[in-house]
Formats: sequence, C-alpha cells, structure tokens
Amino acid sequence: MLSAILAHAPALQTVVPLIAAPLCVLFGRRHLAWAITLAASLISALFAAYLLAQTLDGSVISYELGGWAPPLGIEYRIDAVNAFVLFIVASVGALVALYARESIEQEIDPALHVYFYTAFLLCLTGLLGVTITGDAFNVFVFLEISSLSTYTLVALGAGRDQRALTAAYNYLIMGTIGATFFVIGIGFLYMLTGTLNMADLAERIAALGDNRTLRIAFVFIFVGIGLKLAMFPLHLWLPNAYSYAPSVVSVFLAATATKVAVYVMLRFLFTVFGFDYGFQAATLQTIVVPLAVIAMFASSIVAIFQSDLKRMLAYSSVAQIGYILLGISLLNKPGLTAGIIHLFNHAVIKGALFMAVGAFVYRIGSSRIEDLRGIGKQMPWMAAAFVAAGLGLIGVPLTAGFISKWYLIQATLDEGAWWLALLIVGSSLLAVIYVWRVVEAMYLAAPVQDAPVKKAPWSMIVPTWIMVLASLYFGINTELTGKAASTAADLLIQATQIEKAPETVPGAPAAGE
Amino acid sequence: MHHHLILRVVSKMLIPPILLYALYVQFHGDFGPGGGFQAGVIFAVAFILYGIVFSLDHLRRAVPPHIVRRFVALGLLIYAGVGVANLFLGGNFLDYSTLAHDAKHGQHYGILLVELGVGITVAAVMISIFFAFASRPPTIKDTDW
Repeated sequence: MLSAILAHAPALQTVVPLIAAPLCVLFGRRHLAWAITLAASLISALFAAYLLAQTLDGSVISYELGGWAPPLGIEYRIDAVNAFVLFIVASVGALVALYARESIEQEIDPALHVYFYTAFLLCLTGLLGVTITGDAFNVFVFLEISSLSTYTLVALGAGRDQRALTAAYNYLIMGTIGATFFVIGIGFLYMLTGTLNMADLAERIAALGDNRTLRIAFVFIFVGIGLKLAMFPLHLWLPNAYSYAPSVVSVFLAATATKVAVYVMLRFLFTVFGFDYGFQAATLQTIVVPLAVIAMFASSIVAIFQSDLKRMLAYSSVAQIGYILLGISLLNKPGLTAGIIHLFNHAVIKGALFMAVGAFVYRIGSSRIEDLRGIGKQMPWMAAAFVAAGLGLIGVPLTAGFISKWYLIQATLDEGAWWLALLIVGSSLLAVIYVWRVVEAMYLAAPVQDAPVKKAPWSMIVPTWIMVLASLYFGINTELTGKAASTAADLLIQATQIEKAPETVPGAPAAGE
Repeated sequence: MHHHLILRVVSKMLIPPILLYALYVQFHGDFGPGGGFQAGVIFAVAFILYGIVFSLDHLRRAVPPHIVRRFVALGLLIYAGVGVANLFLGGNFLDYSTLAHDAKHGQHYGILLVELGVGITVAAVMISIFFAFASRPPTIKDTDW
C-alpha cells in the first residue's frame, strides 16, 4: 500500500494541496480550513522529503501525467536539483501553515480567513508544480497559479494597511508582464522546435545550433523570469509587496517564491538552453554579474536607510538574490553549488527573520524600527530569534549564511576574480550595519511602551525557532545541503557543455579553469 | 429596469435557450467546438442577463453568492477528484483510461467529467465576478460634490 502511494509521490505532492484548497472553501469554516491546510502542507512536505531522499544519489524520477509518455505527454521529472527546491518549498509551507493561524488572527478579517488558506494552498500548489514539472508550458501554467494566488495573498494585507492594495496591483502588473515575456519565449521555442518537453527541447536546441530565434526566446525567458525573481533592476514590485502583505505571507514569499523563480532560471539556462552558444554565457557574464554586484550593494545600502523592518528585509532579499545570481553566473561548479546552497540557506534565514517580525507585528501592531525599541526585554524569544537569524544574514561563522558565502568566495577565487570576493565581503559588511540598527533598537534603547508586551504565542515561537535552529544546524553540518547542492550542480553541468563555454564566448571575460 | 417591459419579456424568453445552449456546448465539446470554458461562460451569461434586467437582489435570491463560491470550489474538486480516482483505479494521475472497461471509453468519460468540472468552475467564477463588480457601492452623485 505504502509503496503504491509512494510510486505516485510526484503527482501527489502537488495534488494534495490542490485538492485541499477547494475543500477549505466548500466547508467554509476557518478553523477547519486551518487544519486542512496544515495537514495538506505536512503531507506535501513528507512527499518532498521522500523525493529528495530518492534523488540525492543523482538518479532521476520520471512520472507520466495521465499515462501519456513524454515528449507528447506532460512529464514530472525529478532530479536532485528540483527535489531540493521542492523540499525547501514544501517544508517552509508546512511551517508557515503552523505559524499562520495566530498571525492572521490580528491582521486579516476573520471572514476572509478561509480564502487566505485557499489562496495559500493554491500558491503552494503552483510553486510545487513549477518546480516539479518537466514541461515548459506547464511551468507557465503553474507559475500563473502561484502568481495569481500571491496577488490575492498580498492584497489581504489591506486589513492592516490599505497600501497593500496598490502593492498587490503593482505586483500584478509587473508579474503579468514577466509571465507574458516568459510565455512569448516559450512560444518562440515551440515555433523553433515543435516540442514543449524540457529534455526534448534541450536535445533539439542542441541539434539546431545557434540562431536568432533561439536568442530571442532566451532573452524573453530571461527577462520574464528576471522579473519574477526580482533580479535587480526588475525588483521594484518586491519591497512594497513584502512590506504590505500580511506578515505570514511575507514569510512564505520571501522564503519560497523568488527561490522557485531562481530554480526556473537555472533549469532554463542549463538544462534547456545549455551553453554551447556563447550568447547565453556572454549574457550571464557581461550583464548578470554586474547586475548582481549592483544588487548586493545598492539594495543593502537602501536597506540601511529603511525605517520599516519588513521593508528593510525586503531590500535585503533583493541583495541576497544578487549573491545567488552571482554564484550561478560564474558558470563553474563551485559557483553553481554556492548559488544553490544560498537558495536554501537564504530561504531558511529570511523565513526566520520575517517570522520574528510577524510576531512583533502580532504583539505591538507595527514593524517600524522605532516602535521596536526595548522589545528585546519584552519578547526575549523572538528578539533572540531575530538576532540569531540576522547573524546568518550577515554570514557569521557557525551560521548557514557563512557556508553560502564561503562557497561563493571560493568560487570567485577559483575564477581568479579576487575583486568579486572582496565585493562579497564588502557587501556583507553592509548587512552588519542594517542588522545592527535593529539589534541596537531592540536591546539598547529604552522601551517605548510602559505597559509590558506579552510574549508571542507558542504556535509562532515554535516554527520561528525551528527555522532559526535549522539555519544554525545547516551552518555546522553541511552534509545535506552540500551534498544536495553539489549533486544538483553536477546534474546541471552535465546537462550542458558548460566547460566549453569560455572558448566559444567571443569578447566575454574569461571564465577559464 | 422596472419599466423596460420588452427587455424583461425577451430576457425571460431567452434565458432558458441560453442555458440549454450552454449545456449543448458543454456536452458536445468532445465532438465539435466547445467544452467547459465556453459552456461555463455561456451558462453564466444567462444568470448575468437575469441580474442586469431583473435586479441584483433577484439574482442573489436565485443564486446566493456563498453558494456560487462553493460551486467554484466544487468544479476544481471534480477535476482533481477524477485524477485521484484514476490513482485508485491503478493508473497515473489523470489517466482516464482506467475509468472504463477499455481505454477508449475511459478517455471519453474522463474528458466529459473533467470538462464538467471546468464548466462549473468557470460559470461560478463568472457569476462571482459579476457579483463583485455589480455589488460595489454606487459612485458619488453629481449633487454630492
């Protein structure tokens, strides 16, 4: 029985939240909806963990949806790369579901709770679907499911601040432009090759060689996904969406949505397009590397000057995405490994930080740094969680953030790009400044309120500390993350002729051995 | 619209054929042009016409918004439910072939059921959108400026 169920794990981990979503609406009771959401996301997380365990050795699982064989049918294809991302998304989803119950109590009108859970489950379905599918058009469909539900989730913040509506609308416009660019790119690829299956696309593109249609398809997909993952300077939707969304939505989006978009980028860059053609490699090295460096600095500097904690963390996210992109666009194995590890570590760290902020909002109704003065004594657990995760954000040794940066700096040194290594260290110092501002307000300033603030409820403390402990654990024991990321990097490099890239890139900076 | 006698009479005559036509498009979708999306929209048009001509309150009495919202969910549940039923019958998710004694009939039943789910959700979503827009508070009158 169990093996029969596990054989369908690829389909089930997406289908379980998909079925749970309409059930929430049908029953229409918010406590029941919460129970359904928690159960569905836990089951999904278990399936994702199983899939990760199956693929860690580098093997590939293929699941034919509807019994139609690929390349004609839609195929779910799981290897170490997407199993790892699935695991991130599903486990964060489960923790967020646990955390959501108390958090939305304060921030969302109780009549809308059922719809919050529904939108959350659909968003989870979409993100898992994007990650697991091996079909390029299916990526677009799931991307739209997750995006549309995300716009709803952000707009639900209107209960606390009306500006959530404009933030959601702004995100809707930008997100739709991104999705449209993406689907135009897919259209070009389909026109060129007559197939939508990623593995099949890769073969046919390799057979066709470089041509203008392919380049245009690449650019459309690149910009479309760039919008979705908030690549600097396409990140303008992100700060507002993260700051005005309900806290729990900020947690979920910061930890998963951009990570999934990064995964799509990886999948298309490496598996579908490959690097036989100098154009793609040159784009990455001459455009993305500078953009990533600018993101690391500009966004960190902007973050320093924010008065709102959520907004500060949002800008910090843009900077962190810069690190991930930098790792990827180094186009070597250590760089890819660093990018993928940071994908995971940043999800954990930023999730923990936003969870702590959510608890502050829950108790004092504000996320402005000046309102948080003295909170360190009043809410010791959450303030400590914030500090521990904040250390990870900076990259202090013994935290997950250190591991990411260690790999990243190694990767740049492998390339001989010592100046990139210096820039990484330099931008980390900026993180020290913005994290310290908060720590100073929390611990060293006199409390704003005379009346004591109550501790956060346990259902918020527990998931937050699970995240924080995870960020510390993965800073000490890198066996899982290191292995998953290096297997994933190996798979991606196998899929492409990445080592050849430097010779065929005219005019691009040397990415030699 | 109370005084528009012709509109009201014509609408009353039109609504049943619109519903019938929607069902035709729905269930003939596997032989000719049509299917759940088109049928759902046509089906919803009958309700929207009723709402426009006879007033929103009449429509609310005919199809209460909370019921409509549940139908949105029901359609999706039918679709996904077919997929899960396929799992229990020993196939992959959405492998309709398992639904009947042979693959051909199975595929036929499968697509009919799935499209029914699509039709229900689309119709309910269209009506919900109409409710959402039509129920907005009236705009500020000129005299209130």
